[in-house]
Amino acid sequence: MPPTTITMPQLGETVTEGTVAQWLKKPGDAIEKYEAFVEVSTDKVNAEVPAPVSGVLREIIVKEGETVPTGAPIAIIDEVGAARVAAPTEQVASGHAAPAPPPAAPAASSAAPSAVEAPPARGNGVTRADGVSAERLRGVSPAVRRLAREHNVDLSRVRGTGTNGRITAKDVVTAAGSMGPAAVVGAATTLEPPAAQPPAQRGPSTYTNPIPGTTIPLTQARKIIAQRMVESKHTTPHAWTMVEVDVTNLWKWRVREKDAFERDHGVKLTLLPFFIRAVVESLAKFPLMNASFTDEGIKVHKEVNVALAVALADNLILPVIRGTDNLSVKGIALAAGALIEKARRGKLGADDLAGGTFTVNNTGANGSILSAPIIPPGQTAIVTTEAVVKRPVVRDDDSIAIRSMMNVCLSLDHRVVDGSIASGFLSDLKSRLERMGPSGSL
Amino acid sequence: MAVVSAATREMNNVEAVRETLHDALANDPRTVILGEDVGARGNVFLITKGFLEEFGPERIIDTPLAEASIVGVAIGMAMEGMRPIAEIQFADFIYPAFNQIVGEAAKTRYRSNGDYTCPLVIRTPYGGGVRGALSHSVSVEALFYHVPGLKIVAPSTPADIKGLLTAAIEDPDPVLFLEHKKTYRLVKGPVPEGHFVLPIGRADVKKEGSQLTVVSYGLYVHQALDAARQLEGEGVSVEVIDLRSIRPMDRETILESVRKTRKLLIIHEDNKFGGVGAEIAAMVAEEALFDLDAPIRRLAGPDVPAMGYAITLEEEFMISTPRMREAMRELVQF
Repeated sequence: MPPTTITMPQLGETVTEGTVAQWLKKPGDAIEKYEAFVEVSTDKVNAEVPAPVSGVLREIIVKEGETVPTGAPIAIIDEVGAARVAAPTEQVASGHAAPAPPPAAPAASSAAPSAVEAPPARGNGVTRADGVSAERLRGVSPAVRRLAREHNVDLSRVRGTGTNGRITAKDVVTAAGSMGPAAVVGAATTLEPPAAQPPAQRGPSTYTNPIPGTTIPLTQARKIIAQRMVESKHTTPHAWTMVEVDVTNLWKWRVREKDAFERDHGVKLTLLPFFIRAVVESLAKFPLMNASFTDEGIKVHKEVNVALAVALADNLILPVIRGTDNLSVKGIALAAGALIEKARRGKLGADDLAGGTFTVNNTGANGSILSAPIIPPGQTAIVTTEAVVKRPVVRDDDSIAIRSMMNVCLSLDHRVVDGSIASGFLSDLKSRLERMGPSGSL
Repeated sequence: MAVVSAATREMNNVEAVRETLHDALANDPRTVILGEDVGARGNVFLITKGFLEEFGPERIIDTPLAEASIVGVAIGMAMEGMRPIAEIQFADFIYPAFNQIVGEAAKTRYRSNGDYTCPLVIRTPYGGGVRGALSHSVSVEALFYHVPGLKIVAPSTPADIKGLLTAAIEDPDPVLFLEHKKTYRLVKGPVPEGHFVLPIGRADVKKEGSQLTVVSYGLYVHQALDAARQLEGEGVSVEVIDLRSIRPMDRETILESVRKTRKLLIIHEDNKFGGVGAEIAAMVAEEALFDLDAPIRRLAGPDVPAMGYAITLEEEFMISTPRMREAMRELVQF
């Protein structure tokens, strides 16, 4: 039973120390090779450390919560030849299937091997990770676990394309299929939003299934979008401006209300209805923003009909909330929810799409923080709500605070209004949004 | 489909039931129909209209409002060599006959060590979405599918109705035959002419797909198919399995599909808790856990005592096609 000293692994290139977060085994416990036996955290990652050998945990050198430099001894395992000890969960999970080979060839025994030192890769380009995000691997489905074993794929290096970056069975198969660097990424990049699924390469080339080397015939929707965008860009002199809005309190309000709202009304309460409510209040103060440029003059609209930009798989439409200025936040949420559901079902009628006087585009839904939208023909302006991002902000009293910030971008028809009015409108909108908070009423 | 003769005729679900019953009466003198209003009134959905005149009161028997007696008498007929088809006017009224069905019919073969069988069919319309409220909307399959010795069939299309009702009538053991009343005149389709039998216990893949398996039965098969077809436009490929037979259940077809798609959505109208979906989910978890790439999901009726009459309550109970589509989309993306 030769003793093996386990050292603090280096979890990342620039990491120099690690903290023992939790011992998953206690002295005297049997450990299977590759079984996680300690959880280590650094300022970058948390990782479960797999045992380099099978054996019995003899001694814990570093207690939970203690931080030591990488390479420092943390435990000693008494190595047991091919001991079959109590089946750890991993083995149970492999169930009916014969145990698959470990992810890589065993490390050559050496003095004081690092617990997560990469054993030589098997020539398939997939190497063991320096660190595995336990958080990320917690959602690994049974199918993924099995496929990873069967195809000898290291899950910590697979880019997940499922919800919240989850690794799907297809991702494993793809990674196994290519086995090249393109299929696997370092742990750091897994924090990126999931990559778009490559479109299915079959059947006629369409907008939703574009096949390289083909020309997609224009659908009616595409023709209309093209015509209207060109019309707007060619006839409307666009100017552009932006404000940043502190939505910390508004966000709190929304979070407080959203669960009850969804339960009671079956509609998700997003930031959008709050925003639209503020927009109509600002429009009341700046009626020129709710106008159309015509040859006869500037037509200032009596009614306020906010149009919403809704992206469909192959179309972009602008359903209209009629009489938006008569609606509360709740009323707007319900009206918008109904319109969006109708849009998704393809049930919007001509009435739902006509009469917009001002457009709101929730570009932040896709993570954008800055955009320069094109004004729908016949309107004076379009505003966007960009992604809400937490940022350090210097406040009026020179303190620095973490605040939820959102950019609001505005494109305006310079024939109708000049920059001063547009800026006045945006400033007014900004202060309304910043005054909204949990004490408000829906 | 097992045996499809060349000639088919378009009909709806009510017509399919009617034709199958008519053929059984015409072809086998042992066949009798008994139930409330099946004679003079020709059944509340007019399924047996004209049968009394054609086959006489000894074979088309109007009974009192007494479900225990309807099934009890039918069990006696069946054990003595007749082929009774008992009708429970609405599944909501089946409870008084629970003892006869579960305690007697289902156990006849076992109790008599095979000396007696009980070739009985109990037909009943079930299901909601027709403003039927508390007494004309219920789904009863989960109350009976726990019982060995009883077969339960719930087809969704006219052809399946003909094939499976014929099989039920010819089966030597009791079969509970469930007809979703909203599909009665809503669903039309080609039905093979002549003697047409489908084996009880086989599910039918109504639409092939690669990314998600949906298992349903009855009315919701049609909605699930609509939802799946709508999603095809988005490049989402959903397989839709019509369970058709609730007991015995076609495990192989479900497992084969789940092993392919790795994801499972079960949709039924009956209450979720302890419903048919619970058995399917448990079976798949036992047999195919290592093929699953997402938690099994069930879309089912809420756990409320009954379907309310108010349109809002009924809509809340029933699962809309957009809800199905959303659930499918979410699971495929998961």
